[in-house]
Amino acid sequence: MRQVKRPRLAVWKFASCDGCQLSLLDCEDELLTLAGAVEIANFAEASSAVSEGPYDLSLVEGSITTPHDLERIQEVRAQSKFLVTIGACATAGGIQALRNFADIDDFVAAVYASPEFISTLSTSTPISAHVPVDFELNGCPINKAQLLEVISAFLAGRKPAVASYSVCIECKRRGTPCVMVQGTPCLGPVTHAGCGAICPSYRRGCYGCFGPMETPNMAALAAEWRAIGAAPRDIKRALSTFNAAADAFQKESQAHGD
Amino acid sequence: MATKTIKVDYLARVEGEGALDLTIADGKVTSATLRIFEPPRFFEALLRGRGFEETPDIVARICGICPIAYQMSAVHAIERAFGVKVEGGLRALRRLIYCGEWIESHALHIVLLHAPDFLGFADGIEMASAHGDMVRKGLALKKAGNEVLRVLGGREVHPVNVRAGGYHRLPTAAELAGLAETLKRARDDAVELTRWVAGFAFPEIDIDYEFVALRHPDEYPFNEGRIVSNRGIDIDIGDYDTVFEERHVARSTALHSAIRERGAYLVGPLARYGLNFDRLPSQVQALAQEAGLGPVCTNPFRSIVVRAIEVVYACEEALRLIAAYERPEAASVPLAPRAGTGFGCTEAPRGICWHHYDFEPDGTIRTARIVPPTSQNQASIEADLAAVAGTMVDAPDEEIRHRCEQTIRNYDPCISCSAHFFKLNVERR
Repeated sequence: MRQVKRPRLAVWKFASCDGCQLSLLDCEDELLTLAGAVEIANFAEASSAVSEGPYDLSLVEGSITTPHDLERIQEVRAQSKFLVTIGACATAGGIQALRNFADIDDFVAAVYASPEFISTLSTSTPISAHVPVDFELNGCPINKAQLLEVISAFLAGRKPAVASYSVCIECKRRGTPCVMVQGTPCLGPVTHAGCGAICPSYRRGCYGCFGPMETPNMAALAAEWRAIGAAPRDIKRALSTFNAAADAFQKESQAHGD
Repeated sequence: MATKTIKVDYLARVEGEGALDLTIADGKVTSATLRIFEPPRFFEALLRGRGFEETPDIVARICGICPIAYQMSAVHAIERAFGVKVEGGLRALRRLIYCGEWIESHALHIVLLHAPDFLGFADGIEMASAHGDMVRKGLALKKAGNEVLRVLGGREVHPVNVRAGGYHRLPTAAELAGLAETLKRARDDAVELTRWVAGFAFPEIDIDYEFVALRHPDEYPFNEGRIVSNRGIDIDIGDYDTVFEERHVARSTALHSAIRERGAYLVGPLARYGLNFDRLPSQVQALAQEAGLGPVCTNPFRSIVVRAIEVVYACEEALRLIAAYERPEAASVPLAPRAGTGFGCTEAPRGICWHHYDFEPDGTIRTARIVPPTSQNQASIEADLAAVAGTMVDAPDEEIRHRCEQTIRNYDPCISCSAHFFKLNVERR
């Protein structure tokens, strides 16, 4: 039988909660098939067998927050044919990017008795701030069906079929009544699709964990929130979470006071 | 005689980033240290100034493996600060979603991360070539746990439905009926998994642990109870600081917890089981006995069997909760913020997860403190490593390194959570 060389997949972790790489292990029905189609060459959370690069596809979770990780991401890029970021931390800096708008010394002192033991950068930055990225998958956490689509697409040499419209379209598709018209503030109109519009189907407003859509009308959304009774602080808080450092969310949140 | 160092620079099959250094001098282990270099994310700092409504969503992001633990400890702390108690059907649904997290997290660890150590494989996928049936059953079990999270929480990782006061939306009767069918099959798979892991070869070692876990008057603990130990601790969760302290050591971005008077203690499955065996239903006790466990287990390598028993329990308990469920009138109870302090302590899959918040009158967080399970276990992990390596100092480095990694994985350490939280290095002198 002819031996076919399988593409080599690597999974990397930077500052993160591990939830996005867990999404790969959460593909319970597809995991063994996937492992047959690709060589899982480096995935420390799942395997103690680690083999050297180069890799055909690297999935990168987490943001850059330490001097050591600044160097490590360069090495990952150099070893990878394609580099895909998975999740809000790797794509936008994650919730830990709230430090970007605060005094890092105050943050360290608030948690650690001996700040001198801690080596950290004053910012949490996305992977794209440091190396070229071939594709960014949004979500806090990512959607596992989208993850499988991205892996399949890169391995087949095509563009991933990942829509860039808003969560509103997903609500319409699944027939969920709009929560905004019922008076519940929702970030759905400005948020990147991909989750399947979960929050409105659970009778709450979208909280923007997939980050901004391609061309969000932030000012119009903020005006709508004010009209249904949200205070400026509510808008600021809602935009200052898992994608706080994503450009559109950051700018709009700064336009509203505490 | 020579000194030697055995190092593991990047621990695999654990959640997060850590390393281990072991020094052996004159045939004795002189130091065993766990280094945690997981980058800190400063949750306790960034929570200051945030609203109580946002807190369950924010703290979930501490850990992608056990977000429910963080959400539950937070909502209980908020409710305690605001003087509200969640009871009846809503309380039952909280236990139910916690069952889902235990099933998912334990099944992941047992089958994909820990069992390969006992059977000599690099990972669960490689193990599937020889044990395909059990790997597939383990994955089905994990999927069943995730299904509970998806139905009650909206999704597997970082569920969206939990709020202070209850839930955003109640599950429908049809959704719960579907879950019950899934859980019945899961219970059978869990029993089979227990018998399978019980047949592994376990290194003979017993450690004299101080177990710490929650204890509730009638239940195996999830959300509520007093903090107790096998050496006399029996306190309200609000008195945690009178007995425990956190220390900051240079080698770790995780704070080390200790009992003020005695030092190391153990949280997690072994502690929970040893302190609450009498709270397990008789059929689960009987299965534990069949699997070779007494009412207390002090061999850390057998924790895999205890985890399997807890999965069986979680399936049984979830089925009982669904059968007894009475739909509450509303998805949540009303909550009015006020200035005050709240404590929450719940049993994450890896052990107690303790939260403390001070609130402004409008429910804004003034200060936050969170003690995750793995940071509490660091001292016990280091003591276990010294004990385990001490029995095999003359063995080849590779054998010591493998056994030490297995020793760490006995804890199912969640390093991402603990950094505020590993690499194995053995030095021989």
